[in-house]
Amino acid sequence: MRSSLTSANREGWAFALPGIVLIFAFIITPFILAFGFSLTNQRLISPNPTRYVGLENYQQMLGLAFVTLDAKQDPNGKVATDPSGHPEFPPLRTITRNADTPQYRGMQEWFRWETGTQAHLVIARDVVFWKALVNTCLFVLIVAPVQAGLALGLALLINQKLRGITLFRTIYFMPVVVSIVVVSLLWRFIYDGHDGLLNNMLAGLSFGHFHPVDWLGNPHTALGSIMVMSIWQAVGFHMVIWLSGLQTISPTLYEAAAIEGSSSWQTFRYVTWPGLRHTAVLVLIVITMQSFALFSQIDVMTKGGPLDSTQTLVFQAVQRGYGLQDIAGGSTISVILFVIVLSISLLQRWLTRER
Amino acid sequence: MKLFNVTAGAVIAATGLYNAAFATTTLSIWYHGAGNKVESKIINQIIDDFNASQSDWKVALESFPQNSYNDSVTAAALAGKLPDILDMDGPIMPNWAWSGYLQPLPIPEDHFKNFLPGTKGIYDGKLYSIGLWDAAVVLYARKSTLKELGLRTPTLDKPWTKDEFDHALQAAKSSAKFDYAIDLGMSDKSEWYTYAFLPFLQSFGGGLVDRKTYDTAEGALNGDAAIAWGNWWQSLFKDKLAPGTSQDPADHENGFIDGKYAFSWNGNWNAVKTMAKVDDVEFLPAPDFGQGPTIGAASWQFGISASSQHPDGAADFIKFATQDKYLAEFSNAIGLIPATASAAQMTDNYKDGGALSVFFNLSKAQAKKRPVTPGYVVESKVFQKAAADIADGAGVTDTLDASVDQIDADIKRNDGYKKN
Repeated sequence: MRSSLTSANREGWAFALPGIVLIFAFIITPFILAFGFSLTNQRLISPNPTRYVGLENYQQMLGLAFVTLDAKQDPNGKVATDPSGHPEFPPLRTITRNADTPQYRGMQEWFRWETGTQAHLVIARDVVFWKALVNTCLFVLIVAPVQAGLALGLALLINQKLRGITLFRTIYFMPVVVSIVVVSLLWRFIYDGHDGLLNNMLAGLSFGHFHPVDWLGNPHTALGSIMVMSIWQAVGFHMVIWLSGLQTISPTLYEAAAIEGSSSWQTFRYVTWPGLRHTAVLVLIVITMQSFALFSQIDVMTKGGPLDSTQTLVFQAVQRGYGLQDIAGGSTISVILFVIVLSISLLQRWLTRER
Repeated sequence: MKLFNVTAGAVIAATGLYNAAFATTTLSIWYHGAGNKVESKIINQIIDDFNASQSDWKVALESFPQNSYNDSVTAAALAGKLPDILDMDGPIMPNWAWSGYLQPLPIPEDHFKNFLPGTKGIYDGKLYSIGLWDAAVVLYARKSTLKELGLRTPTLDKPWTKDEFDHALQAAKSSAKFDYAIDLGMSDKSEWYTYAFLPFLQSFGGGLVDRKTYDTAEGALNGDAAIAWGNWWQSLFKDKLAPGTSQDPADHENGFIDGKYAFSWNGNWNAVKTMAKVDDVEFLPAPDFGQGPTIGAASWQFGISASSQHPDGAADFIKFATQDKYLAEFSNAIGLIPATASAAQMTDNYKDGGALSVFFNLSKAQAKKRPVTPGYVVESKVFQKAAADIADGAGVTDTLDASVDQIDADIKRNDGYKKN
């Protein structure tokens, strides 16, 4: 192994060279730079010299605190309530802009829950980052299994010898070839809250009983809408990978299974699925990494809104680096994202290892 | 070797001589209007006229789409490849000047004494950029709508008050003739937000930053006036008077013309197009929310890059391009406000009695520049997010406090954006 890599293999290295150079120039070098920038106050443009700031960017991004607010009381000690009988709490600025509690200065509410006359708040130095992190993880957790499953289903469907099957393969694969920006623009029309295609269709199917939903304008539906659209867009790509896996399984195995009288579920469970093992690992890792990189759909469709419900890590990295001219902040997010994706990939490798 | 040096020297000397005696020097210019046929036609005309008018300089144009223009300039600056002349959006100029991308115009300010204040890009006491036009935001309405709803036509001297404005929106809503009372352009999530909506906040008595020191937003963006603005702003969307952040861009483009909206808070660059399709369109001045009506000033302007080897040639071109006839041509084509009163008289819309003449005075009287500070670029982005979040229903006070924190942290991280 060693000898074949190092010696008498000049052609091999020569063939690999362009790829290695590109990976170094566009992936490894930028990453090392990003790691370096995340320890400084690097700006996109500034006449001031860049300073080393240590881990300040990480502290700023990850800083969390837990505070409790007591409900407002009137002079008699009675808890003040709003018209619906719900206790009223003082605004957060009584803590974050209070000279007695300078440690909370600059922090904002991430989420809260209430017990009786107390509200418990988790406040963060960088709420948008935390929301982006949660949204990104949620996106991956839902998209990875659903997309992989749907792709496998489609692959099984089109892995048959039927007349005109190529047509179906082409149709399922089509969204993959269309630019994601174009797809996002089209889906923006589909999701339009007023007279979009989806609302019109649902209204038609329910004979007008369906109330139009502002899919991308409602914080509760925006991320889900983007998930559906993203799954649809890339499912064809993974279908093709599954299909290539399916076609490597030897037909003799299926024949043997048929002779043994196995049901179609048994055939899938004991012949097809074990044969797809390596494909499954590949598909899962690729989808996970692609989902973590969610950006274009957000940029075109929602810009992170409404109310940060569709913020994602990559979108925030770009937003900070270019929009807010804060290269250091954007780099910090990239490094955090890298650590997350790396650990998840390693974990997946370990979980799916050959036993 | 020696022979080579001598030969090389001779060649260089000869070329130098040749240059000085006969050749013209090429000046590069970058412009943001790629894809806009009308603008491209005029800018090309100006450049052709300039190149034909003298033999020292030859200006070569490169156009960029507006959406990616600022990124292109930043990338070019980082790579040291800026053109000689570049155009820029007015409020960004201080950032670029502070960053050392620009040099002050080598033209005495006196040369532009007749220009509207919004067209002059002054930072740190020096003139860095000059615009051929200014823009204004106006309230589009139909005469018939005003009559039907029984509304007074506001004037420059007596604009609508907050109550009158609110009443007008409510009246439009209860007439049930429109999808929404007013189109604010919420689909245009860009500098439009700051340009169009910051004047509301300022009219309430708030602001983006402390305009005296430019070193904090505390009090300006989260004081009582700002919170009052935020509550009012949120109510527009809660009461379904205006379409929110998920508005379809096509509706923003054509909604008023198609009669979906009773009013439209829109730039006067759409005025010519709208007049062609809506006969009785009326352009109303900004309402007064208490502290006087204001609208944003400063549009696209020309400046000279710091790295230009030929600022004198660039200055010649800028002087040439800012002649009245070109100001008038641009104004006629896209409806923008010409920079001088004499040019205004040469236009169809801004001459005395023209359809838009009121806006020349409006720009003169009400236009207020966005904060003139290098930090504006970031501050504007923060405001855009705050305005969107409040419209989407976020807590007003918390959102404004968070915006202040973000702006103050940015100012601190840039050492107060002071010139070193």
